[in-house]
Amino acid sequence: MTPSFLDQLWLARNVILSGLGLTVSISLLAILAGSVLGVLVGLSLTYGNRLIRPIFRVYTDIIRGTPVLVLVLASYYVSSAVGVNLDPFSAGVLALAVFCSSHVGEIVRGGLQAIPKGQTEAAKAIGLTFGQTFAYVLWPQALRQFLPAWVNTAAEMVKASTLLSVIGVAELLLRTQEIISRNFMSLQFYFFAGALYFVVNYGIERFGKYVERKTAVPS
Amino acid sequence: MSKTILEIEGLRKTYGSLEVLKGIDCAVHEGEVIAIIGSSGSGKTTLLRCINMLEDFEGGTIRLDGEEIGYHAEGSMRRRKSEKDIARQRALTGMAFQQFNLFPHMTAEANVMLGLLKVKRLPKDEARAIALKWLDRVGLGDRAGHFPGQLSGGQQQRVAIARAIAMNPRLMLFDEVTSALDPELVGEVLQVIKGLAADGMTMLLVTHEMRFAYEVASRVIFMNQGVIGEDGNPREMFVAPKTERLADFLKTSSFN
Ligand SMILES: Nc1ncnc2c1ncn2[C@@H]1O[C@H](COP(=O)(O)OP(=O)(O)O)[C@@H](O)[C@H]1O
Ligand SMILES: [Mg+2]
Repeated sequence: MTPSFLDQLWLARNVILSGLGLTVSISLLAILAGSVLGVLVGLSLTYGNRLIRPIFRVYTDIIRGTPVLVLVLASYYVSSAVGVNLDPFSAGVLALAVFCSSHVGEIVRGGLQAIPKGQTEAAKAIGLTFGQTFAYVLWPQALRQFLPAWVNTAAEMVKASTLLSVIGVAELLLRTQEIISRNFMSLQFYFFAGALYFVVNYGIERFGKYVERKTAVPS
Repeated sequence: MSKTILEIEGLRKTYGSLEVLKGIDCAVHEGEVIAIIGSSGSGKTTLLRCINMLEDFEGGTIRLDGEEIGYHAEGSMRRRKSEKDIARQRALTGMAFQQFNLFPHMTAEANVMLGLLKVKRLPKDEARAIALKWLDRVGLGDRAGHFPGQLSGGQQQRVAIARAIAMNPRLMLFDEVTSALDPELVGEVLQVIKGLAADGMTMLLVTHEMRFAYEVASRVIFMNQGVIGEDGNPREMFVAPKTERLADFLKTSSFN
């Protein structure tokens, strides 16, 4: 009798769950660190002086023009070559965070630059300093504007986390491959893993829509 | 004559190689309502923007209540004041823009309160009371909780005027505040400005509404290619312009 998929799934449940847990942790860490870094990148691209701006321009262009897989491999092998021994997990998260930061940086820059100049002028005219103008006038508007793109990037990060399997991080994809190498049910288990990725990203998207609704300005 | 509020001497401003203001001299006294007229591109907007330091300028001085705006002398050098000082000085003049520029993510009330809270650092209750008082004054007491996107252009402009005036500025600057409005909404905004004029608010208003300028202004300044072409009371200027330039300009303007 051939073992059923459900039996195999039950046997592999802990392995799958640990893979899923790792995938979620990698994605969360990368999104979090990448967003913090990305906001800094976006601010530098928007408000940086003649020295800062080109530096970050080059940074984002290079990162955005590089395949994520290359970033992951570079982060892992280059770091060990130069003597900073990052474990695969850290190296992978670093690569994804850097990738995320370049996208978030562009999103933040776009969001801020899309705000009409009249907003800053009106804020100045009532005596707000630049810091206050940014905090109360520009940032809240930019946030609303780039939320959808940001959610999109977050979902991209979950997908990109699969690339960490190539440097041996036991996230969901690598775990799935392990399981398949034992039971040869490739179709079923790849399909199942795909469904899990879909569920995670669907959750992110729903959450984004929810925040969008909550913060929408009535008109 | 009453006290001088604003003193402009030799104001010069260039954009690249284009000299937009070529030496403006002008004193504004307390309670004066000055209409600034002139053809498009003559420098009217730029003049207002310099007074509020929304533009840096290369030459001359602007004094508000005796205090130099934007710059100070350091030995023989002219230095831009710190951003903090400039922000404080900007709060002394109110400005209303052609495009309203309300903060779209805030209610009408929050728009008016922002400067009171963050610049004047008033407690919330007090700021809200002042905001409501001014929204009431511009006829929008019942719209305090509305967002700009829920208001008509005329209503938005009135909120914008309330936002500026609530800061209790020494001087109000209006830059073609009715130009972006549908004709049927112009009247309600002009009515608000008339009310402020009657209260004795000192103001400079750039306008294409010649009839309004004639009725409300105590003085008219005609800007022509970056200089003041004529400066006088509305009756003399509209009825008997001294320069051909002004006569030509008035001929092409509509008095409706
Ligand atoms: N930011 C700018 N950069 C370059 N030129 C400008 C800028 N703003 C205004 N100008 C030019 O300055 C001149 C005066 O403009 P402005 O003060 O807006 O005139 P007005 O308000 O009387 O129509 C115009 O020739 C205009 O093209
Ligand atoms: Mg203008």
